[in-house]
Amino acid sequence: MKELTAADEANLIEFAVPEGRSLMQDGLRRLKKDKLAIACIGIVIFYALVAILAKLGVIATPWDVKVAGSYSPPSFQSLPLIFGTDNFGYSVFYKVIQGARVSMSVGLVSCMISTPIGITLGALAGYFGGWIDEVVVWLFTTLSSVPSIMLLIAIVFVLGKGLGAIYFALGITAWVSLCRVIRGEFMKHKTRDYVLAAESVGASHFSRVFKHILPNVSHFVIIDVSIQFMSAIKAEVILSFLGIGVQGQPSWGVMIDDAKLELSRGAWWQLAAATMAMFFIVLAFNILGDALRDALDPKLKGHA
Amino acid sequence: MISYILRKIVSTIPTLFGVTFLVFILFNIAGGDPALRIAGKYATAERIAEIRHQHGWDQSLPLQYTHFLKEIVTFDYGTSDVTHQPVRDMILGGIGPSLSLTVPAFFLTTLIAIVIGLLVAYFRGRWVDKVVVIGCVLGMSIPMLAYILFGQYFFAYRLGWFPIHGFEMGFPEQLYSVALPVIIWVMVSLGYDVRFYRTAVLEETNQDYVRTARAKGLAEPRVFLKHVLKNSMAPIITNVVIEIPLLIMGAFLLESFFGIPGIGGITIDALNNSDFQVLKAMTVLQSFLLIFGNTMTDVLYVWVDPRVKLS
Repeated sequence: MKELTAADEANLIEFAVPEGRSLMQDGLRRLKKDKLAIACIGIVIFYALVAILAKLGVIATPWDVKVAGSYSPPSFQSLPLIFGTDNFGYSVFYKVIQGARVSMSVGLVSCMISTPIGITLGALAGYFGGWIDEVVVWLFTTLSSVPSIMLLIAIVFVLGKGLGAIYFALGITAWVSLCRVIRGEFMKHKTRDYVLAAESVGASHFSRVFKHILPNVSHFVIIDVSIQFMSAIKAEVILSFLGIGVQGQPSWGVMIDDAKLELSRGAWWQLAAATMAMFFIVLAFNILGDALRDALDPKLKGHA
Repeated sequence: MISYILRKIVSTIPTLFGVTFLVFILFNIAGGDPALRIAGKYATAERIAEIRHQHGWDQSLPLQYTHFLKEIVTFDYGTSDVTHQPVRDMILGGIGPSLSLTVPAFFLTTLIAIVIGLLVAYFRGRWVDKVVVIGCVLGMSIPMLAYILFGQYFFAYRLGWFPIHGFEMGFPEQLYSVALPVIIWVMVSLGYDVRFYRTAVLEETNQDYVRTARAKGLAEPRVFLKHVLKNSMAPIITNVVIEIPLLIMGAFLLESFFGIPGIGGITIDALNNSDFQVLKAMTVLQSFLLIFGNTMTDVLYVWVDPRVKLS
């Protein structure tokens, strides 16, 4: 029989004692096998890069200069003309890119506001229960009892239109679904053995909530963010379309609003460009949300 | 059961108060002085004071809040500063046109979605199922505005099959003027709804009782029709019921685009004209209808599904 080399032995040991994998690592492995999900992550990264480059002024700038006559149809003569021009002769292609910048920033900022609120309130309510729980539940029941588009309209209406009001309105309302999930998970987890064990060795409430339980429910945060990001993009488009959103700079919603009068003149390209740009990012998030749920939520494994 | 329903109704009271409180804070405090907004940029101090007095905004906040509660209870929201009509009459007048759009649209969507959802759930994993699931995700990702604008452009403007704009009362005309908005509504909602009903049914097919039914030799159609379908009724019914009260509120964008004088259209007009009183009334009303729908669903859920504990 052949002598075992050191490398073989190392292999054997590795086989015998498989390295422990965390929930996240496990989920990531499953996600990596999902080619469609990887493609969607690629689309999201691409949009993010475009948004950052536009923000830095590297591409699609300046967007508010005349590149051709009013309502020039799409042509392949030069890059700015690829989606045609609007009534001022501005490049629709540049405006779409600037719109991506607005959309991605709305998704990012609103999630950065809503996610910490959702996690903190959900964790406190689920972990401590009692009156804290009652207050938090009352808070999110109240917020979710106002139809979301009406609530957004009302908040932006009273705060005054503009991108700032949109960030705020979305951030302050979008935490409800995450809070509900986190609260439910904390209620389940707080009496599990590992938490009781942590308590018995003297872990404080703070440490139990944030160091022990939170990492075990953090996959719900990722799933929720992927959905909230998309909802924020869709909401911004509607609000900007209604004229209470982004002011003085291109946004997909503003472009669609402009385009509704252009259609009767046969100028379909501004509407088509804004719609397509929105379609691909929303599609990517839709598929990604499902893929993340399948990959990260082991209880649902094998379902659907 | 009756005590459960009563408890459910009582439990909505804090939420109702929460909503009125939220709307009050938003409109009467956070937005700054609403009188300035109504009076416009060039108003004199007397005019502003007059508006304030008219609306009772010169009173203390608790008094303003009780006045607001009184408005809600008596369903008398005063007069719109833009249209100079009583807000109540505007709302009541909008219900008819809204319902003539939303009721056919909703029932058509629900019917089609349930049928497709059940069919693809039955053929789960096969190509029909896969095609429909992909179609749903694609359909969900197309912006609603695109459906409306392109639909209006092609079917009404280019092909001339439907009116582009406007609303007529009376039996055949009314159907004609809501036909295209109804079709667009169905297109927009079908993706979500089919997916929902498919998942609702599929969740049941993984249950133990289904395996038992198969194990005792029941044919697949029988398992599906007799066992799975019956048990997946609870989520299906609740999903339908929760929507019904909101049908009164119409559809913002569709009504606005097609010139249907329903509640949604009125709300969009109010937004464009900064019509404070109307927006406030609409926000409260929509919320109350949503709470009503939620409560009805909770009650129905117990009624449909005896496994749910009455707690």
